[in-house]
Amino acid sequence: MNLDINSFLLIPLLGFLLSLIIPQRKEHLLSQVAYGTAALNFACFLVFAVFWLAAGHPVLNVKDIVLYRAEGYEFLIDIYFDSVTAVYMIVGAFLTFIITMYSRVYLHREQGYKRFFNTILLFYVGYNITIFSGNFETLFIGWEILGLSSFLLIAFYRDRYLPSRNAVKVFSVYRIGDVGILLAMWASHHLWHENITFLKLHNYSLVHEHLQNHSAVGAFISLMLVVAAAAKSAQLPFSSWLPRAMEGPTPSSAIFYGSLSVNIGVFLLLRTYPFWEYQTSVRILIGLLGLTTAVVASMIARVQSSVKSQIGYASIAQIGIIFIEIALGLKLLALAHFAGNAFLRTYQLLVSPSVVSYLIHEQLYNFVPKLHTAKRFLPKRLEYALYLLSVKEWNLDSFMSRYVFGAFRRVGHSLDFLTLRNVLVFVLPVFVIGLVLLFQQAYLPPYIIPYLPVIFSFIGLGMVLKAFSERSSPLLCWVLILLYHAWIALAVAFNEQFQLIDVSTYLSGILIMGGIGFWGLRKLQSAETQYFALDRYYGHSYEHPKFAFWFLIACLGMMGFPISPTFIGEDLVFSHIREEQFLLAFFNSLGFVIGGIAIIRLYARLFLGSHVKTYHEVPYKSA
Amino acid sequence: MTTKSIQKHLFLEKDMLHKLRHYLPAQAPLKDFIHHNTLHAFQEFPFHEALSRASAIFGYRTYLPLKEYRTRFQGGSIHADILARLIDDNTDTPEAAQELQSRLLEKDYDTSVEARIGTVRKHWKDYGIHLDKLVHPILFRLLGSYLDQGISVWKFPMPANGFVACLREMERVAPFGGIFTTPRAKKLFLDESTTLKYLLTLLVGEEGLFEHYLFDQQCSHAGWAGMVAVLEENPNALLDAKTISLHDLIFMELLLEIEMLDRTFGEIWSPIGYKIEQAIPPLFAPTHTDELDEVLRLWQEAFEWSYYDQVLSGLRSSHSNNFPSNPEPKNTREASFQAMFCIDDRECSFRRYVEHLDPKSQTFGTPGFFNVEFYFQPEHSKFHTKSCPAPVSPKFLIKEKERKNVRKSDAHYARQSHSLFRGWLISQTLGFFSAVKLLESVVRPSLNPASVHSFRHTDKHASLTIERDENAPMENGLFVGFSHEEMTDRAEGLLKSTGLVENFAPLVYLVGHGASSANNTHYAGYDCGACCGRPGSVNARVAAFMANHPKVREMLRERGVIIPESTRFIGALHDTTRDELEFFDDEDLSATHKTLHSANQTTFREALMLNAKERSRRFELLDTLKSPEKVHESVKLRSVSLFEPRPELNHATNTLCIIGRRELTKHLFLDRRAFMNSYNYALDKDGKYLFGIMKAAAPVCGGINLEYYFSRVDNQRLGAGTKLPHNVIGLIAVANGADGDLRPGLPSQMIEVHDPTRLMMVVEHFPEVVQKVIRTTPELFEWFKNSWIHLVALHPITKEVFVFKGEEFVSYTPLHNSLLKALDMKILVESTQENLPVYVLADASGEAQKNHAEMEEFV
Repeated sequence: MNLDINSFLLIPLLGFLLSLIIPQRKEHLLSQVAYGTAALNFACFLVFAVFWLAAGHPVLNVKDIVLYRAEGYEFLIDIYFDSVTAVYMIVGAFLTFIITMYSRVYLHREQGYKRFFNTILLFYVGYNITIFSGNFETLFIGWEILGLSSFLLIAFYRDRYLPSRNAVKVFSVYRIGDVGILLAMWASHHLWHENITFLKLHNYSLVHEHLQNHSAVGAFISLMLVVAAAAKSAQLPFSSWLPRAMEGPTPSSAIFYGSLSVNIGVFLLLRTYPFWEYQTSVRILIGLLGLTTAVVASMIARVQSSVKSQIGYASIAQIGIIFIEIALGLKLLALAHFAGNAFLRTYQLLVSPSVVSYLIHEQLYNFVPKLHTAKRFLPKRLEYALYLLSVKEWNLDSFMSRYVFGAFRRVGHSLDFLTLRNVLVFVLPVFVIGLVLLFQQAYLPPYIIPYLPVIFSFIGLGMVLKAFSERSSPLLCWVLILLYHAWIALAVAFNEQFQLIDVSTYLSGILIMGGIGFWGLRKLQSAETQYFALDRYYGHSYEHPKFAFWFLIACLGMMGFPISPTFIGEDLVFSHIREEQFLLAFFNSLGFVIGGIAIIRLYARLFLGSHVKTYHEVPYKSA
Repeated sequence: MTTKSIQKHLFLEKDMLHKLRHYLPAQAPLKDFIHHNTLHAFQEFPFHEALSRASAIFGYRTYLPLKEYRTRFQGGSIHADILARLIDDNTDTPEAAQELQSRLLEKDYDTSVEARIGTVRKHWKDYGIHLDKLVHPILFRLLGSYLDQGISVWKFPMPANGFVACLREMERVAPFGGIFTTPRAKKLFLDESTTLKYLLTLLVGEEGLFEHYLFDQQCSHAGWAGMVAVLEENPNALLDAKTISLHDLIFMELLLEIEMLDRTFGEIWSPIGYKIEQAIPPLFAPTHTDELDEVLRLWQEAFEWSYYDQVLSGLRSSHSNNFPSNPEPKNTREASFQAMFCIDDRECSFRRYVEHLDPKSQTFGTPGFFNVEFYFQPEHSKFHTKSCPAPVSPKFLIKEKERKNVRKSDAHYARQSHSLFRGWLISQTLGFFSAVKLLESVVRPSLNPASVHSFRHTDKHASLTIERDENAPMENGLFVGFSHEEMTDRAEGLLKSTGLVENFAPLVYLVGHGASSANNTHYAGYDCGACCGRPGSVNARVAAFMANHPKVREMLRERGVIIPESTRFIGALHDTTRDELEFFDDEDLSATHKTLHSANQTTFREALMLNAKERSRRFELLDTLKSPEKVHESVKLRSVSLFEPRPELNHATNTLCIIGRRELTKHLFLDRRAFMNSYNYALDKDGKYLFGIMKAAAPVCGGINLEYYFSRVDNQRLGAGTKLPHNVIGLIAVANGADGDLRPGLPSQMIEVHDPTRLMMVVEHFPEVVQKVIRTTPELFEWFKNSWIHLVALHPITKEVFVFKGEEFVSYTPLHNSLLKALDMKILVESTQENLPVYVLADASGEAQKNHAEMEEFV
């Protein structure tokens, strides 16, 4: 039975890889591979389900592949299967099958037909890894793939400004969710002294025993999980990303933002439920979060005049209720609600163009002119205020951009004195001094040493903040992010157990991908001298689509995406941050988040958006 | 300010807004899609000059890419001899010709477009602020909520009348949540005496730049600006009418700009005009045409004439048996039945098959409202909708009674699913039913309550109030039904303008048309343009009723049209997507007529199948090689499939409008590219009916043609882009995503197979008569004078071709004297997806074929 579980991950992966090598013009084959993958997965699952149910639906756990082992640390892929996985699996496979079948004709003759199916399959891979994951590390792999595929699908119409901008925006919010996961992982390393599997979380006495002594750590982990879940499931205060994600072809919006992607936060809560089950305060928090989101989002949904935003907010409101259900411990209800809501919203989004004919017709027959304006139970003043506030989406979008990303940007701008030359003159020598100190710790006063990692990681954070707000030089931005990783490596290296092999695991991917990326940027610079900056979207993928693809791979490597050893190194670095070094952990995770955003921003500004040259049709910025 | 200066100021403001409105897209809300010339603002200029000017000012692409012309030349769809003739006409010396040729064929040009629009407002960037990014989302949301026709659950509160008035009242009393947070903007907003000029002074400073600034601002979201301008002119374009004006939109937007600037910089920032150091060229200063414009112009002409030339050659070879021996041709043939269709290009091939299957049948073309103009009110409907060409304002109302089929509803569109608690119940119950619907929609597509089906427009079994009861009161200022006199006028006009005044067959069909589609926001653009974007079923039925009425026949006799007792008119509807026909009132036929009718129905059925097969050659995913029955089934399936963005291809490839007798075109294969209006010059010596026909055909056919043209050459700016990501806003328009501007124009799926060539209108009449007719009104004359439509007069006796050029008719000799002969339609249809040249049909009269100097055969 365990073997079968693996196939649920292998089939999507094979499907994805196969779709990569099929040429663009073979529309038919591409779509066949896509819906074939989903159908095969679905069929396998049905067969499996018979045996599984016959065996009394046991919880299955496969400790699979150890990717990395060091003293006191192992990174392993762990697969886990229970009824939550089963429901997510069946809904996911069914909807993916429907959507790929649907898109087979719907996307006919669309530029990027292949790209579309590649991305859907990549999403499906990430989705399955996430729902089958048996520990945080595996989950994080899937989580990252979901983030990337979301980015790619939102920016599907990459020759337009708004999809490109919104893709970066959504990616940024997702990335904030990633901090939650990263810090939760870090804290749980210290709580359990191992990479805990979800299976073990079911061991009540074990969990209870650990939490008894570390209730603060326990609360912290739960809080971080809630942040991650809220970001991914568009709960407050993150909600405004969801309607903005509906930039791709309608079926992709339907499956991603109507159903599957947006319910991953719910999944995270269900999966970690045994962990926080007995933390009453956390349950109250989740319940309240769900409640406020449900109320606010349904008010926003009620005033929407665009059909997709309306469905989006209505879906958020339902997910808010699902959060409440989970908080109340009604897991089965929550699962049923998830499935029903996913089907309903997917269908509603798919048929959203039909509202014109349907509702106009209804208006024709049932129209009642609006006579009295005020709702009886609301005083007029309050009605107007709430109405306007809801039209403004309760300022959620401006809140995120002004107070979160705007703050990052403002700090970054205070470092504007950093230019390529200044980096060489100031930052590099300081780094060398730091390196020297690392090996000559004996000469340092011992009371200074604990502060050094924090200081270094703080400098690293400065690097990414500057990279994030850099407007002119892509090269500087790239170098700063490279430097950030170097600072982090240095900071962690002061922690005694950190081995050279760990450092090289961490930096290997970055150095290789960073080098390739730097070379790529130089090439682009010489080819497009006039159009090489970060002050606007340049849309170079119009002329250099292949180049854009390979550069994206380099970017992924740089941001610790699970394609290079850096991904493991990232986790390794965190595992070496000691429990009391929460500042270091905080700076590091913040740096990780902002670094990722800075890289995707760099990629988007250079390669996405409407093309800077106008010898062909160019869309309006507002289009 | 003195009264005088206030007046002057208001006048200038009005002037400016008037000018602005002129340049904004003029597309109506989705429910009445009416085609029009996208560049209507430039129609006062000659075509090519207008295109180059529009491009220089607004940055549109107005021709195909240079590359594409060259590829088409290589591929043979632009003919070398046509190009050579054009080069010859445009040069004096062989050297110049050589030079021009190398420019056309080889020279590299920088084809980038730089626009004047946006050059003032782009300077906000110098402030380090992205104003549009901050203002657009909130502005679009407010507009959408205010104008919404039925998407939102919580309707816009209407404390006052007008967009700004409502918002001002709400802002005034709301204790929190207001739009404006900065004191200055809020104060200016609440102060009713704030003027645009004052706001512009704050923002722009330099008065000389005001106009440019406003154009920049409104054109940065031309979709919304255009919609507001349209609704200001015609608030009744919305069923739930709203008062809005361009003034209100601009007022709101200027204030939001001030708000965002104040938020960022406090109240201390200098107007943008003071920051601009270099002189900015005025938006509408003269533009000059350069070498590239010239090259593109010639390519476009060559492209167009490569097709026109064949058509003209084909038309010349027509109906020679009637000429010149019989100078006053009359319709003398005995017909098995007659069928009158809409002039629509989609009926072109259907008529061909009907005539082919029953060689004794006759077909006619006329605008699909059959000369009866009225508002139609379906039973139980709260509104009546126009059922005639858009510019006409009817005085009549036709009501539907005793409707049998009931409209079904679908809970998926119910607003309750968006509310909190009911949404909770619905998603746990209906949600699982959605899964079934999802599966069904991809595995077995079928008609659902939200699909658009032309046959649902009116119930075949319902009755209509066509005859006016003299005692009945008027409703909403409209007469319910027509009097006998009024009916006679309309029937006379219909018959005389089409030339069907004698030799009536026992059955005359009046066939309107409509379309069916699922999940299609632009569904109204698929229906009959002459019925204001609705199916023509009611018009066909009403017109048939009139022509059958004994009183009407009596009065018609007095006016010289004698319809025999034995002739019956039958109204019908052709569904152009599904290729199906529905007949009205055919149960009441006499036994003899019933027999004839059922024989004709067989003809129609077969013609529909063949027509579906011919259409299918354009559908890449459909196997045209299958039998007509199978292809027909697949074609029908497209109309109900949610995932099919191309249920039919509509007017794509249209490029001809032929006004004359069917004998002109009957022997030709015109590949569904021609609007055809039947007209007999001999019955209309002074061109009275011709004027009526041209007055309607020029804006309708020209509008369709040019909308397709511009949506095709710049689908991003003049079209709606791909429809796949479209999001419906307020039921009035579509946008991309959540924050996007409205997208007027046609989506790429509608125009991708279209060849952007202008309309060539061919009129069968003496050039001097045509010349006189087109000069009747300046509006009509403008279309031809400025070459937005190519006009050709075909001499009815000598068959000489005259092309309208520089306000004169000039004799034209086609270069191509030979046309290919289509031996087998099946092979021809199955041969390619691309546009086909003009062919002579194998079953055309021997005479027509012999007229070709040399005949090549198509195998």
